[in-house]
Amino acid sequence: MNHASTRQLRDYAAGDPDLPADEAWAIEVHLESCGACRASLAGEATAVAPLVEQVWTGLTPDTTPAPLRRRWLVTWATPAMAPWLVMTVLVTALAMYVDHFVPLEWPSLVLLLAPITPVAGVAAAWGRGLDPAHELVAATPRAGLTLVLRRTLAVLVVVIPLLMVAASTSPVRWLLPCLAFTVGTLALGGFFGVRRAAIALVTAWAALVVGPSLVTATTPVVLEPAALWGWAAGLVAAAVVVRLRSGAYTTADIR
Amino acid sequence: MKPKGDNRMVRAITEEETAPTMYAHEIAATGLRVRAGRRMAVDGVDLALTAGVHGLLGPNGAGKTTLIRALATVLRPAGGTLELLGGADQRDVRRRLGYLPQEFGFYRRFTVREFVEYMAWLKEMPKAEVPGAVQRAIERVGLTDRADSRLKTLSGGMVRRAGIAQAIVNDPAILLLDEPTAGLDPAQRMDFRKLLRELTDTCVVVSTHLVEDVAAACTDVVLLDEGRVVFQGAAAELAAAGTDADAGDSPMERGYSALLARGAR
Repeated sequence: MNHASTRQLRDYAAGDPDLPADEAWAIEVHLESCGACRASLAGEATAVAPLVEQVWTGLTPDTTPAPLRRRWLVTWATPAMAPWLVMTVLVTALAMYVDHFVPLEWPSLVLLLAPITPVAGVAAAWGRGLDPAHELVAATPRAGLTLVLRRTLAVLVVVIPLLMVAASTSPVRWLLPCLAFTVGTLALGGFFGVRRAAIALVTAWAALVVGPSLVTATTPVVLEPAALWGWAAGLVAAAVVVRLRSGAYTTADIR
Repeated sequence: MKPKGDNRMVRAITEEETAPTMYAHEIAATGLRVRAGRRMAVDGVDLALTAGVHGLLGPNGAGKTTLIRALATVLRPAGGTLELLGGADQRDVRRRLGYLPQEFGFYRRFTVREFVEYMAWLKEMPKAEVPGAVQRAIERVGLTDRADSRLKTLSGGMVRRAGIAQAIVNDPAILLLDEPTAGLDPAQRMDFRKLLRELTDTCVVVSTHLVEDVAAACTDVVLLDEGRVVFQGAAAELAAAGTDADAGDSPMERGYSALLARGAR
């Protein structure tokens, strides 16, 4: 057979019932061996073109990788912690502003607030009240002290550089108090829930230290370098309690 | 066609997978007591459940959620014994557990895929298996076309299906679903029941207050009232317990009200 005519190809492509069966077979056989006619057939087969296109799109593997941005980050910090960290940054910035631009005979506000700066972030790290996913997370094998400590570390990674920038005093004066409060929140949290522990510690610090020292306009004794041994002892004691109570962080019993 | 990322066919079977099961019941509880706040919400429950779909039925406040939370190891029992997977330690149990809480909260900015992936990470699944398992779980709940949508853009029913996807992502041995059909429309409920029927090797506990869910998908029923088991048996037995004198529109509902009334007496 010679090359198929355009009319024959059009009828063949459209599946025209008027095309005699023997002719259709002959076209088919010819098409198998003739590239030129197959090319013209492709031009005639307009009716199925969208379908073919659709099938090919469906078959093409999706090479765009899923977004990676959250994968490693969420293993360290949850979105529930973000607003609390933002709040921490804002409060510290405000304290820094007061320190530099408000003409009052107050001791450094940043230094006064330094110990409780990480507490809000830690409170959001573990507990039902502030984390909507807590119930789901609490039933997984990763729930436990390791996860809590990872999140706490994420808080410190934000808070410590922040204080480095904001505080006009040497880190020696605030670093240990800051860590002691962080671990202390977790230690008390093992008994009463991290959120309640955070509220209690912040309230106590504000009432017993921040308030009086603003009224008397003196830097409190507990933030003098001489008090560092006390903070170190507190830090160690809190760490021991956290270690001993590590089972408490695996269930949702504590709130 | 094999689902995308399914590499089970080429993977060698480990010794662990061929090991025989050394326990009689996936869930075995005796005299289980669990507190919800100050109230003893589950008060002396005996349960022995194996693979199959078990409907946990009961009126509101019967202690269904508290019981499920205890089975999910989220609450510690106040008394009695609870042995999951033959008394494996808590971490091992949790690796083989799927749990969908009733009030299921999550980060609204996560996409379905990020959410299920994060849960797979929390369940300590091997890293290489995660993408395939996540895709499979999303396909099973019929969310493939919304896999990369953020949870906050999904309807209530879709969010619940995403919740089911995270529960089954690790092919759990024990699957606990607390009111999973709440917020699903009738067609989605049928799909969900079909999904339940496919989970043949899993010990599924579904709590519900809808009697028809139990009739359609459960192999047996545990009826709970005021923290105690008032009936345990096949769905047909529940239906048989009712008489025409009892309240209800179907034999199942009549059986349900008959058993509750009998328990109250």
